[in-house]
Amino acid sequence: MELHEFSLRELRQGLQERDFSSVELTTTLLKRISALNPALNAFVTVTESKALAAAATADARRAAGEDGPLLGIPMAHKDIFCTAGVRTTCGSKMLEHFVAPYNATVVERLAVEGMVMLGKLNMDEFAMGSSNETSYFGPVRNPWHTDMVPGGSSGGSAAAVAAGLIPVATGTDTGGSIRQPAALCGITGIKPTYGRVSRYGMIAFASSLDQGGPMARNAEDCALMLNVMAAHDPRDSTSHPAAASDFLRGLDRPLQGLRVGVPEEFFGAGLDPEVAAAVQAGIAELARQGAAVQSIRLPNNPHAVSTYYVLAPAEASSNLARFDGVRYTHRAANPADLTDLYQQSRYEGFGAEVRRRLLVGTYVLSAGYYDAYYRKAQQVRSLIREDFRRAFAEVDVIVGPTTPTPAFPLGAKNADPVAMYLADIYTIAVNLAGIPALSVPCGFTAAGLPIGMQLMGDYFADDLLLNVAHRYQQETQWHRARPPLQAREA
Amino acid sequence: MAFDHDTVRRTAHLARIALPQTEIPAVADQLERIMGLVEELRAIETTGVPTMAHPLDLDQPLRPDTVGNHDQREVLMASAPAAEHGLFLVPKVIE
Repeated sequence: MELHEFSLRELRQGLQERDFSSVELTTTLLKRISALNPALNAFVTVTESKALAAAATADARRAAGEDGPLLGIPMAHKDIFCTAGVRTTCGSKMLEHFVAPYNATVVERLAVEGMVMLGKLNMDEFAMGSSNETSYFGPVRNPWHTDMVPGGSSGGSAAAVAAGLIPVATGTDTGGSIRQPAALCGITGIKPTYGRVSRYGMIAFASSLDQGGPMARNAEDCALMLNVMAAHDPRDSTSHPAAASDFLRGLDRPLQGLRVGVPEEFFGAGLDPEVAAAVQAGIAELARQGAAVQSIRLPNNPHAVSTYYVLAPAEASSNLARFDGVRYTHRAANPADLTDLYQQSRYEGFGAEVRRRLLVGTYVLSAGYYDAYYRKAQQVRSLIREDFRRAFAEVDVIVGPTTPTPAFPLGAKNADPVAMYLADIYTIAVNLAGIPALSVPCGFTAAGLPIGMQLMGDYFADDLLLNVAHRYQQETQWHRARPPLQAREA
Repeated sequence: MAFDHDTVRRTAHLARIALPQTEIPAVADQLERIMGLVEELRAIETTGVPTMAHPLDLDQPLRPDTVGNHDQREVLMASAPAAEHGLFLVPKVIE
């Protein structure tokens, strides 16, 4: 096995035993990035000299007797997390030259542990997209098949981890943006319970739905990352006082007696038969390990997409009002007056999908429509949460497909925004409720594209989801498969 | 039809987005599709159902009212597209 395929545990062991240094490891991955990134476009910014300096610091800390699960290990951040001194674009022309004056809490916490940031990862503009095609910096390509999308919005994170450019990455998930690209690229990613991971310095899209989380090649690596990422943060008023936990502790618990619910609504029309078969086989594996599987109902799940496309654009229209062309964003040339400065800067700075969602959000909040759309959607959101409450009275984990189809070709869904929105049909309800959910690789299509199985848990059952995924990965090999990339060594 | 061209123009103005005249028909069509997706919500029975704004039933936390941030004026102004004498520049507002 080569260095770029190592798990976090194997990397730590190699560093501990001085098989390689952090500088050597970082150099190897930087070479791999320069060889493979032109074809994938997963990185927006590569921070080579800063990475080598951070690696040297990590090696010095280790030489001084320090040790830690993440010390000296390379990673990269989705370009939505603010990094002091390194530009943070959020995939947008609006922020093409924006350099944040501070680090996001997540960035800070991982840096303190000695992780080495190799750069910033491509994403759908302002995290609005399911294919990574809305990025101002061009689409990311799926490492399993470069004519296919990697999913979105954390598509750069998923592609970079799948291709072995980095062992782990950060992502964010507002309606499926960690789980959907994880499924389409064959990696493991968890959207934690809302309130686990600080949103401080994470550029806001829809504040009541946004949650950061790790993306990795197995559940144990996600747990190692989440151990550091999840913590109470007084600088985020929605950070939960009980956010921190030890996600490794229960990782090995056997699944005997685990109650698994399979929602009928997740296996209806529109589900690709190859995806359905792979997920059913995954559920059978959980049963083989002693889980008790039963059918359940989530009757309001079919309303999740429409609820989301009222609430998320409404919140976005408020959050993105700050991008005004005055303080730190793109500014239009030669405006006629102040209103024209705002309007031209926002037209030029935002791409078509972001503008569309801002218009939807503005419309549903405008006078005369608020009750019909916004208030109604907030009520349906309650119904969706109640569905999960009822289900978790009877089962411990809910299992179904992460996505209705495997990765689709670039350009396939660009003509109709609604067709693209339906790519998140199984992931959105989780964000509306605020519960945790994770995607694990569970098979491949005949064409060789990865398939993801989604595990959903009750509030703060993130550790249980990681436990189930870990046990599943002890008995299956899907997460070990690697895309057939030819590295053109630089 | 919900999205006649005047509605699009009015909404774009509220969102402070200068949508060119030529793009309005296509945007109207896309917004019509999106609102068509959302339309099904109206038929759901929600009498007496509480609204949900947020996943966690947490009270808004308070913190001590003390100064935490220090002066960062220069670093904050460094990203400004147009600034002079420590001030953001905008087109003249008062004639």
